[in-house]
Amino acid sequence: MAVRDVRQAREVRQPAQAPSETQDFGGLSREQLLDLHYQMEVLRLFEEKAAEAYTLGKIGGFLHLYIGQEASGVGAISALAPSDYVVSSYREHGHAILKGIAPREVMAELYGKATGCSKGRGGSMHMYSAEHRLIGGQAIVGAQIVISTGIGFGISYQGLKDVALTFFGDGAVDEGAFHEGLNLSSVWKLPVVFLCENNMYSMGMSVSKAWSVPSLEPRAAAYGVPYISVDGMDVLAMRAAVSQAAERARRGEGPTLIEAHTYRFRGHSMADPARYRTRDEESQWKANRDPIVLFEQRLREAELARDEDFKANEEKAAAVVEDAARFADESPFPTEDDLYSDVLQDGSGAIAWRNKPSTPRE
Amino acid sequence: MRVLTYRDALREAIREEMLRDERVYILGEDIAGYGGTYSVTKGLFEEFGEKRVRDTPLAEEVIIGTAIGSALTGLRPIAELMTMNFSLLASDQIINSAAKFSYMFGGQPRIPMVIRMPGGGGAQRGAQHSQFFETLYAHVPGLKVVMPATPYDAKGMLKSAVRDDDPVIFVEHELLYNVKGDVPDEGVEYTVPLNRGERRREGSDVTLVTFSRMVHICMQAAEELAKTGIEAEVIDLRSIRPIDLDLVLDSVRKTNRVVVAEEGWKYYGTGQGVVALIYEYAFDYLDAPIGQVTGKDVPMPYSKPLEQAALPTRDDVIAAVKAIVPALGAATAAR
Repeated sequence: MAVRDVRQAREVRQPAQAPSETQDFGGLSREQLLDLHYQMEVLRLFEEKAAEAYTLGKIGGFLHLYIGQEASGVGAISALAPSDYVVSSYREHGHAILKGIAPREVMAELYGKATGCSKGRGGSMHMYSAEHRLIGGQAIVGAQIVISTGIGFGISYQGLKDVALTFFGDGAVDEGAFHEGLNLSSVWKLPVVFLCENNMYSMGMSVSKAWSVPSLEPRAAAYGVPYISVDGMDVLAMRAAVSQAAERARRGEGPTLIEAHTYRFRGHSMADPARYRTRDEESQWKANRDPIVLFEQRLREAELARDEDFKANEEKAAAVVEDAARFADESPFPTEDDLYSDVLQDGSGAIAWRNKPSTPRE
Repeated sequence: MRVLTYRDALREAIREEMLRDERVYILGEDIAGYGGTYSVTKGLFEEFGEKRVRDTPLAEEVIIGTAIGSALTGLRPIAELMTMNFSLLASDQIINSAAKFSYMFGGQPRIPMVIRMPGGGGAQRGAQHSQFFETLYAHVPGLKVVMPATPYDAKGMLKSAVRDDDPVIFVEHELLYNVKGDVPDEGVEYTVPLNRGERRREGSDVTLVTFSRMVHICMQAAEELAKTGIEAEVIDLRSIRPIDLDLVLDSVRKTNRVVVAEEGWKYYGTGQGVVALIYEYAFDYLDAPIGQVTGKDVPMPYSKPLEQAALPTRDDVIAAVKAIVPALGAATAAR
């Protein structure tokens, strides 16, 4: 039974060839293209370092890696302005870095250190930066979708031209929040870009078993939202798709739903041996669809870059990641003095009388 | 001073805050053209227009998600949930997002959001439309939960809630909307803090700790008890979280006897939380076990006599007091 399910999943989800409209490299310069490559390298190496730190016990709890999905985040966020919002899920380390949070602060957050971007209180699933407009870090699947609707409303209420880009996986579209958020964003024509990173499995549940329809297109249609299907392993295609959706949002025409076809090369989390998919399926994706390798091939074939360029990027990225890990290692843990801080903005902490002594009767 | 209904007092608070601060807007089901299920927002759509008075689909999770998200961009939303019963559909956003963001994200996000929601029984609305879930929200660090009982507090606390930088659950009672009371004249600015209870009646023999509509029932009970020589002090908590514990404890140290009265279910509820706090901090001062008056431990029945039987009454409060306060004659004789 399980074998048949996996085979079905493969048939339905086998990725298409990269679209041809990005053959012109999206009007990007060689430097810009190499920067996209560099960003993907940072994400890949950062996650590999995080996995290593996890096995050493330096990172606790859950750790959801972005390895394999780098093109999606890099392409998408490269299409945004710094003042645009990104609202993400628990697989957000990459999004946090791409939005401008220093890799040091992201790694320190993973380590639970006081220097982390959420002061060590959030952890892997709860990165945040008000300054860089990275709004979580939401570990309740789909919850970020309705919050992005609210951010879109706030933008539109204030007459601003920002956009809210929200990332979620293929499991989130089965939550009620997806439907409520998509519908209201569409009714109110809010500047939101909904980006589903369809990596084919919500933990172990394959899309072919969870979805009543083969793609998100009919779901987008149900809410009057334009739909874009994109190869999530193609960084330029991702950039083009999000640019198009963001421009539409900025014009006041409302949200777009993008379905990016991608694959996580690791399990759902570090705790997941991925018994629900075959090793053969995994190795095929890794061998043929690695977004970094694919991008290198294209740049090489177009004679825009050579192996030494990629090697230089990798070395630069490795240095950043090593520095981040060193910083995290050397940073202090938060102290117990900080336990009650920030529960409330007014500083009243948790229940105010928690240290109140019981008074004896006079 | 003039006399206003609880409903009109709420509407004035919303209107004044919207006039004062451009960032304040309201959203919810049928709050615009319909004027609000309980007419609280009547006329605001006409005055402020569609931009600031937003009718939403029947989708509680996105109502609260929208309020949270917009608050993160600097707005100050007042969301209305048609009833507290439906707040369960938004409870993930309330508890997992609104309450936790400030702490979980290192103090960066600020969510100055008010969620208004009426609850309570007594109008034969049946099991799914008569509940009080303040316990659920008061359990959660990161939220403020208030339940005003009078028009004065309704207005003053709603204004404070709008100005507060933390998420506030503002619980109204469906049977309070038509209750009238003194409210300062229009143009006379006042607010009521979100962390202070109020002594509604002075007394020396027993303390009644209560909130929301039960305040009025306890006041009636206190007047009846006075005829038998028992003077009850009535403490209106007003705010459930944070609770004004000093006010409660001061009264307990004076009267040495306590009855906690609420409309919701007894077990693991708000009242039992208060009882536990009193035992924890003033055990030595108690001359009798703490009495509890609550709604009965059943889903709210529809049929009128059954519903009345399920709700706590003035007589229930009187009986609970008499169970722990010695009869006047007996007390005098003992001396």
